[in-house]
Amino acid sequence: MSMIEFHNVEKYYGKFHALTNINLTIEKGETVVLIGPSGSGKSTLIRTINGLESINSGQLIVNGFDLASKKTNMNKIRREVGMVFQHFNLYNNKTVLENIMLGPRVVLGRKEDENKKIAMELLEQVGLSEKAESMPSMLSGGQKQRIAIARSLAMHPKCILFDEPTSALDPEMIDDVLNVMKQIAKDSSMTMVVVTHEMGFAREVGDRVVFMADGQILEDDAKEEFFDGQPSNERARQFLSKIIKH
Amino acid sequence: MINIVSSHSSELLSGLGQTVLCSLIALFFSLIIGSMFAIFEVLPNKILQTIGRIYVEVVRNIPLLVVTMFFYIVIPQYVVSIDGFVAGTIGLTIYTSAFIAETVRAGIQSVSGGQMEAARSNGMSYWQSMRYIVLPQAFKIVIPPLGNQFINLVKNSSVLAFVAGFDLMYVGNDIASTTFDTINSYLVVGVMYLIITMPLSYYMRYLEKRTNRGAA
Repeated sequence: MSMIEFHNVEKYYGKFHALTNINLTIEKGETVVLIGPSGSGKSTLIRTINGLESINSGQLIVNGFDLASKKTNMNKIRREVGMVFQHFNLYNNKTVLENIMLGPRVVLGRKEDENKKIAMELLEQVGLSEKAESMPSMLSGGQKQRIAIARSLAMHPKCILFDEPTSALDPEMIDDVLNVMKQIAKDSSMTMVVVTHEMGFAREVGDRVVFMADGQILEDDAKEEFFDGQPSNERARQFLSKIIKH
Repeated sequence: MINIVSSHSSELLSGLGQTVLCSLIALFFSLIIGSMFAIFEVLPNKILQTIGRIYVEVVRNIPLLVVTMFFYIVIPQYVVSIDGFVAGTIGLTIYTSAFIAETVRAGIQSVSGGQMEAARSNGMSYWQSMRYIVLPQAFKIVIPPLGNQFINLVKNSSVLAFVAGFDLMYVGNDIASTTFDTINSYLVVGVMYLIITMPLSYYMRYLEKRTNRGAA
């Protein structure tokens, strides 16, 4: 069984056709990088996977559950599909440690001592143990994003969605976040779907690259094919040449 | 002033007691009712949203005295007999709850949508996200405007004087009309309202400072 399956998915915002005939299958353990110009529908697509956006037609199956079915419990899906946002969205009213522990405590009912132990291990993994008692407002963007990743990992998800995780960061912070993500990709069997413009990251840890424009998937290649060969689609070629120049 | 206070101390204290009691009851219930309608207004449910909207718009656009008279005259006539204090307190609760609903709604809506999305993506239900993440932040934001509502509530409790609620204002009117010393009677009443509202005002300020210290 695949982790995520899109079958002829369509999505509209009013009259605007945000996603057109999306067909995409992501296997368990795969790291898929979504690229494309802004407004191409990448963020909309990734947000449909955990139900933050609904779809208008077609079929979307995540972890074996049909998202369009009324019987599907979205909360249950979200327990196993974490998300990391462009603007971090750490809980402003909670300390760093509480940001990580709250989900496991109230959603999974994890015992307090075990919860804290796991949270501290994750803080160590992202290199921020000393920030456990800090409030989010006291952290830099890069630190916030690493905490947001730790918060997602604390739920022990089967899949994490990254929606432009480094786009809002200062250049010198980007590497810290990417290194944490690379580590996760290497060490775990988690499925990762990453919307990003970081081609270095895509090349290093991506298994596949999906190129989108105007709400459609124009290219879906293994990364070697995409980077070392030539994308067959003209717009993807143009996009790639522009982005690699910089 | 001293004369008035010394010769009518027991009436004044009893009036003060009624005003404080009415304010505390109205504060407690208007906060609960107001918060409930505020949540109605932001729920992803059109029917509840409409109910919340109608409640707020109708109640806040009717004068307090009219709401109070409804409970003082209409309810006893057709439903159940209640005295002036109860009618006044209910009227004040309902009237204030509409303003609190507006204040709390604005607070909830000023919490970034990303907070709710993050909580939902963390596996929390809508209610868990509200309870642990959105509402605590919203209440922090609305402390200053809520303080204003509470102070207004204490002052508006003088509506009890119109329905024989035996509050501070009622006692003041009574003393003024029996002693003919109107200046001092109303000065004493004014000072006694300040005794309730000033500490409240300072407390709200303290609360605001304390919550701001924790997180920005």
